[in-house]
Amino acid sequence: MAQASDSIRFILNDTEVALSDVSPTATLLDYLRLERRLTGTKEGCAEGDCGACTVLVGRLSNDGENGERLVYESVNACIRFVGSLNATHIVSVEHLAAQDGTLHPVQQAMVDFHGSQCGFCTPGFVMSLYGLWLTNENPSRAAIEKALQGNLCRCTGYEPIVRAAEAAARERPSAIFDPITRTREAVTARLKALRSTETIVIRKGEDCLIVPADATGLATVLDEHPTATIVAGATDVGLWVTKQMRPLNPAVFINGIAELQRIERTEVGLTIGAGVSYTAAFDALSKAYPAFGQLIDRIGGEQVRNMGTIGGNIANGSPIGDSPPPLIVLGASVSLRSKNGARTMPLEDFFIAYGKQDRKPGEFVESIFVPTLPEGDHFAAYKVSKRRDEDISALLGAFRVSLDEDNRVRTALVAFGGMAATPKRAKAVEAALIGQPWSEETIHAAQAALESDYQPITDWRATSAYRMLAAKNLLMRFFLESTGETVQLQRFEDVA
Amino acid sequence: MDKSTFEEQTTISGPMHTRLRHDSAHKHVAGTADYIDDMPEPAGTLHGALGLTDRAHAEILEMDLSAVAALPGVVCVLSASDMPHSNDISPSHLHDEPVLADGRVQFHGQPAFAVIAETREIARRAARLAKITYRDLPHLIDVADAMVQGGELVTQPLTLQRGDAEGELERAPRRLKGQMRIGGQEHFYLEGHIALAIPGEDDEMTVWSSTQHPSEIQHMVAHVLGVPSNAVTVNVRRMGGGFGGKETQGNQFAALAAVAARKLRRAVKFRPDRDDDMMATGKRHDFLVDYDVGFDDEGRIHAVHANYAARCGYSSDLSGPVTDRALFHADSSYSYPHVKLTSQPLKTNTVSNTAYRGFGGPQGMVGAERIIEEIAYALGKDPLEIRKLNFYGEKGSGRDVTPYHQKIEDNIIHRIVGELEASADYQARRAAIIDFNKSSRVIRKGIALTPVKFGISFTMTAFNQAGALVHIYQDGSVHLNHGGTEMGQGLYTKVAQVLADSFQIDIDRVKITATTTGKVPNTSATAASSGSDLNGMAAFDAARQIKDRLVAFAAERWQTTPEHVTFVANHVKIGEELVPFPDFIRQAYTARIQLSAAGFYKTPKIHWDRATGRGTPFYYFAYGAAVSEVSIDTLTGEYLIDRVDVLHDVGRSLNPAIDLGQIEGGFVQGMGWLTTEELWWDEKGRLRTHAPSTYKIPLASDRPKIFNVRLAEWSENAEKTIGRSKAVGEPPFMLPISVLEALSMAVASVADYRECPRLDTPATPERILMAVERLRRM
Repeated sequence: MAQASDSIRFILNDTEVALSDVSPTATLLDYLRLERRLTGTKEGCAEGDCGACTVLVGRLSNDGENGERLVYESVNACIRFVGSLNATHIVSVEHLAAQDGTLHPVQQAMVDFHGSQCGFCTPGFVMSLYGLWLTNENPSRAAIEKALQGNLCRCTGYEPIVRAAEAAARERPSAIFDPITRTREAVTARLKALRSTETIVIRKGEDCLIVPADATGLATVLDEHPTATIVAGATDVGLWVTKQMRPLNPAVFINGIAELQRIERTEVGLTIGAGVSYTAAFDALSKAYPAFGQLIDRIGGEQVRNMGTIGGNIANGSPIGDSPPPLIVLGASVSLRSKNGARTMPLEDFFIAYGKQDRKPGEFVESIFVPTLPEGDHFAAYKVSKRRDEDISALLGAFRVSLDEDNRVRTALVAFGGMAATPKRAKAVEAALIGQPWSEETIHAAQAALESDYQPITDWRATSAYRMLAAKNLLMRFFLESTGETVQLQRFEDVA
Repeated sequence: MDKSTFEEQTTISGPMHTRLRHDSAHKHVAGTADYIDDMPEPAGTLHGALGLTDRAHAEILEMDLSAVAALPGVVCVLSASDMPHSNDISPSHLHDEPVLADGRVQFHGQPAFAVIAETREIARRAARLAKITYRDLPHLIDVADAMVQGGELVTQPLTLQRGDAEGELERAPRRLKGQMRIGGQEHFYLEGHIALAIPGEDDEMTVWSSTQHPSEIQHMVAHVLGVPSNAVTVNVRRMGGGFGGKETQGNQFAALAAVAARKLRRAVKFRPDRDDDMMATGKRHDFLVDYDVGFDDEGRIHAVHANYAARCGYSSDLSGPVTDRALFHADSSYSYPHVKLTSQPLKTNTVSNTAYRGFGGPQGMVGAERIIEEIAYALGKDPLEIRKLNFYGEKGSGRDVTPYHQKIEDNIIHRIVGELEASADYQARRAAIIDFNKSSRVIRKGIALTPVKFGISFTMTAFNQAGALVHIYQDGSVHLNHGGTEMGQGLYTKVAQVLADSFQIDIDRVKITATTTGKVPNTSATAASSGSDLNGMAAFDAARQIKDRLVAFAAERWQTTPEHVTFVANHVKIGEELVPFPDFIRQAYTARIQLSAAGFYKTPKIHWDRATGRGTPFYYFAYGAAVSEVSIDTLTGEYLIDRVDVLHDVGRSLNPAIDLGQIEGGFVQGMGWLTTEELWWDEKGRLRTHAPSTYKIPLASDRPKIFNVRLAEWSENAEKTIGRSKAVGEPPFMLPISVLEALSMAVASVADYRECPRLDTPATPERILMAVERLRRM
């Protein structure tokens, strides 16, 4: 029998599994398909963008506000590493139907409403719909579309799938029928028992994966392996493996560390642990900064938001990461920790150059602090992408101004993603705004200043000319919106 | 006999013309529908990966594969010289498509070698270890560049001509010239290409291939191996989507798997990674259309002269028939009294473009609708008015002849458009939108109604044939095979309905198993929307043969005449006697009646003479129309599709549920092509949009917010098709041209509709914003 500290232990549908022979790059999808022959889960893209591999992962969540509870979230099995599964419950499509073959309501609705044609994406859709069915008894169309943002279908045009989601929500057979509802308490107990209190270390050949049990353990591990790859949500690192075939050695999986999952709210601001997913952060952020909530709805698909963390979005230093620009204008700071202690710096100083951040070997991002927005400050963040949802930004602008009693700009903070090699402040724009009347003339002057702040590149997402023009126009949108004009397209009144 | 059962059941479940779910729906949702990668692998199965080149055009000076071969787990490495008989898989038989690049690289990503290894991961890893030395050659990526640089063609161009286009253009009261770029499209079938080859004894090879064209896979594998076709069996139960992308593009994977399987005497599977699939297989052709139109002050077209230049890639593949079909649809629904249309299938150093739903037709029609828009904006009129003025007339009106000299005999476009215009409240909504735009600074709206007329039949006449094999077993259960393949379109369901209807038995007594070349030979690709037209009729023919024998048997046994033998609701009625179908079949078996038949069908009436550009290439036309309303954000170019109304003609629908699914799905796929799906090559000729992270097909949240789709229930095919139905696969793909045009109208509003925005496709937010800027400066 494997020891707690040398195996990854989880529940797969009904079966408890302990794996002590796991490569740090082994994915859940390959494990399901190749080792367990559970072939209902499909590979469509191997990069977390199509959703054909969607499964639910149940985990014990404790964000500090609601106490500990078992939550099930849709994830992309293709970029979810087996090493990140300790003390979780994996639910694949094979688990849904009853023993006698009776379909689950979400499955039956997909049949009844002709929600499948070629059928290849269908198990993934079923799992996303199941995730929604579990958590929302009366989903709006906006909520359904949000739940399906991470699932591509090329055949149906989605309409019958949305109808199926609405119909399934109305079908609530006895709880005994639903495989997750039925086992909630038992699974909670089993997952508690599967949690490891010590660092898990698994070696396979030359490779090594490490799962620290807590933040102190993580600091110790990183002290010993300063160049280790830290893996949180794996929505970026997953692709290093599936697409670039890069080794991760050692890989340190931090998604199970409870201390990094905390969200703390005080009068002065919000502290978000580095391991908090977009989904988990959504409520707190959208309450404090509504524009941020709308933005999160357009980051990745549901599966990616369930996996991806704000800490990871910062730590990977991408020039097109969506959360840094708004966090920068909100004045966020980032806390780094290592065995030798902790330090805090303004977030904008963290990004040094393309692919380079101010993180020393042995350090990890522990949390992000976002100050409360002062009363009267205008704040907005706008994403522009080729496709509205589940797309990487062509550019992203974040804006914050405060005005004095004469309607002049007292403070101005503007930052963009996608316009430079790092998320970057537009200091010339800010200078053109500060002290000026809050008027269209001032905006025109500030628009011109954008050209000295950025020289954006041309690539497949957008040309340089478009990026510059759209950036200028976002500034105008911010102004018009602050005066109460409707200037944004909204698909639904109710934001999911 | 059991008369009570008959009284209870007077109808069967699942006849033709009923809403029936997809035959695999239950398995799809349960995750138990097997795709090729889900099948249990034969013991010792090996896995292949492609070795891709990274030059757009180059000579290969040296290919050092030692590191590839040396990686532990690699079993063998194949290059061009390892093809046992031939390195050619050109579907056009122009011998211009090697399995593996032989000395010369003609596009970035062209496979030059293949790795076979113990696991897929090892094969993929090893494929990156090659050291290839190149001598770069000049490359041409873009259509416009290819036109300027000599305009080398991959196949013979086509000219369609009627009347005196040049002369009438000169004489027309008004004349306009313009150019339009129409983007290509990646199929993005959710299941990528895959082939599993299993060697048998002697020369035999069984290949499971995700293909729309099993017979061609069979021929190509036989050709590359150098064995007769009878040694190769190709099977496919279902594909996870095809859309034309699996008509010819599966050849290389099947050929490589078979070559490796033959060499190693082990089963070999090829399943490329999504990025490799998108880089190494062809897409929809993008076009550059130059048009010249003469018209009068009313908006009536006098003459059209247009050239359709296409990026075909490095080889011919299906580019000939694709560019032909673009010309066949360059009239959309409009009568051009004088016309000259030319195609220009250009060679470029890009992946060889291929079939894609509509097969050039959509590009032809988008060009035609642009011409209508130009006329409308030039005259300050609603494009719909110009459309109606130029529609083909009724049969015999003199305005019923196409540029290819086929007379249109089944024209229903006036009725379709008229009904939709009324039911969608087009005129009032257009007026309201014009009003809205006057007072809205940032958000602008647009609305457009566009028609569809799509010609049904393969333009290659020989392909318009099909076979089916029907067995009735002693227990009365029916087994069906036909040459069509199931890729999600519900073909198996529809053909099973035909049999259920023919024998008047419940559909669950009919089983269709994997399409296989061993049961129905010499099949055509499941393409050109022809699947149910051809295979439905072939199955119908097989049923007819068996029924004839059964009727003769019954008449003799029951001492009556054939008129008194009928098939009714799971029974055979002989005189006044009702015999349950299984009992009847058992008696027929005992009487030694042959209970199996091979059916056959060939489409009547059609012929086509490409050399003269004259003929009747299409058996009939399918029609439809859509009204789309959109909103755009003039600060960023972002947009939403607010509402779409569709009225579409499928004749007498075989299965309204499946047909509606084809229409809705085709609409959204076509909308993606015209809006967010952009293929982008860099200056080195690398396709940089080769995965869903960079290539954006529509999501649920992109579909029309209000989406009303109706079938023209009064329609019936004028020709004797199966159940008087019409094909449905491709025609709906062109309905979203209305989306493009509605976007165009919203853009035009910033210059008070004085200028045609000349919006190219895909109309990404960037193109919308740039068009807005251009018009604002005018």
